[in-house]
Amino acid sequence: MTLYFLTMVLFVMGLYCLVAKKNIIKKIIGIVIIEYSINLFLILVGWRKGGIAPILMKGMDQKELVEHSVDPLPQALVLTSIVIGLGVLALMVSICLRLYEKYKTFDMSKINRLKG
Amino acid sequence: METYLLVLTVFMIIGSVIAIETKNLLSSVISVGVVGFSLGIIFLMLGAPDIAITQVVVEILILVILIRATISTDNTAIEKHRDNLPIVASLIFFGLFLLFSYFAVHDLPVFGEPVMKVASRYLETGVRETGATNIVTAVLLDFRAYDTIGEATVLFVSIVGAFVILRRQGRKGRGEKDVEKVGILEDEDIKKNFEGF
Amino acid sequence: MADDKIKKMIHDSEHGMTSIVKTIVRFVIGIIFVFGVYIILYGHLTPGGGFAGGVILACGYIILTLGFGKILGLKKLSDKVASVLDTAGVLVFLIIGLAGFTGGYFFLNFMAKGEIFHLASAGTIPLMNIAIGVKVTASIFAVFIALSIFGKFVSALGESSEENRKGSNEE
Repeated sequence: MTLYFLTMVLFVMGLYCLVAKKNIIKKIIGIVIIEYSINLFLILVGWRKGGIAPILMKGMDQKELVEHSVDPLPQALVLTSIVIGLGVLALMVSICLRLYEKYKTFDMSKINRLKG
Repeated sequence: METYLLVLTVFMIIGSVIAIETKNLLSSVISVGVVGFSLGIIFLMLGAPDIAITQVVVEILILVILIRATISTDNTAIEKHRDNLPIVASLIFFGLFLLFSYFAVHDLPVFGEPVMKVASRYLETGVRETGATNIVTAVLLDFRAYDTIGEATVLFVSIVGAFVILRRQGRKGRGEKDVEKVGILEDEDIKKNFEGF
Repeated sequence: MADDKIKKMIHDSEHGMTSIVKTIVRFVIGIIFVFGVYIILYGHLTPGGGFAGGVILACGYIILTLGFGKILGLKKLSDKVASVLDTAGVLVFLIIGLAGFTGGYFFLNFMAKGEIFHLASAGTIPLMNIAIGVKVTASIFAVFIALSIFGKFVSALGESSEENRKGSNEE
């Protein structure tokens, strides 16, 4: 229970960084932290006490795998989510570089002021 | 086991506090690296070696990309004036969020005893039906391949978006070729423009 | 002949980083590529798979580009080839999925399963792993090129291209 709550705390900190900070790179860092907390939460939900990785080794019985393995489904979904996060991060950073090239700053409030 | 996990999670929270509150952008990016690598260790302890490998390597790439964004630019985040009202409102919202999530996590299955309704079927029939001994790969590429093809599409679209955003700007002149404008480097371009590097 | 070329490349202080970095990269790069290919090929037997192996291979190309400079990196895998490989990976994955219609439905594992714990087993899964590995390698290296080279390309050459445009308008 405590671990679940700590991942929620991590999520809230990322959300705070996303909402309250003015620097765009800080906002991106907030999104990255939110991603980490969600991935950690999904893997924690699928963990089994004394669990082994869901891989059949040589000399291991099929029954042993079914009884002791951790949940393979969230692992497969999180694996795709991590790589998607990398692609989306690259897209966000390229938008930031374009903004920096145009306005010479990363500060959101200055960019807003320069617009009008 | 749970003690180690608690220590590592608290370490992640400390790292993210430093990443959020530091003024220097390069330091905060490196603190994000701390968070990501301890996340990789946690994945390894939770019996997920596939994700641990991917997380560690992806974390290196995230550091490379973020450092490229901060290294050649103005890398201090000094905020002279703060808007107090949005921060106070968001803090109240986050307090309520944490309160409700504290009640909500009690309805989840107990830590260490997952439900595994669908997954037990995958574990029973996975090796026999697909022939792959790594059940995660069997789920990823056989049982749930639709998810994977969606993931490939999202990655493709985001990469194309980054290419389009970072191409050379400006309208095309009359005598210029198309090739220069969409960001593909010709051999002559490399010779012409990178002689100094 | 080849040794002379390598020596010249290592002591060349204009391209890339210092010679310490270049020497280390020369030793490490082969191990990185072999490990990436191993992770991709054995993805159905041991931990790993197309995503992890693809990212490791992309890291190999990126360390080559960072250590030895842009020209060598673009010579090994240019951005044109990378974008072609990126598209080809998705298409091969989709074609393998569509080939399942020969037996009934989308993404059917239609090939022979083989014996477990052997490399040539699990039907179409190794082929899909290879397709995804190629796709992830190419796309991540392409986005690295776009971020590190095109970005500088734009800011360094923006002024000169504007001058060129002015000149051509006046003509």
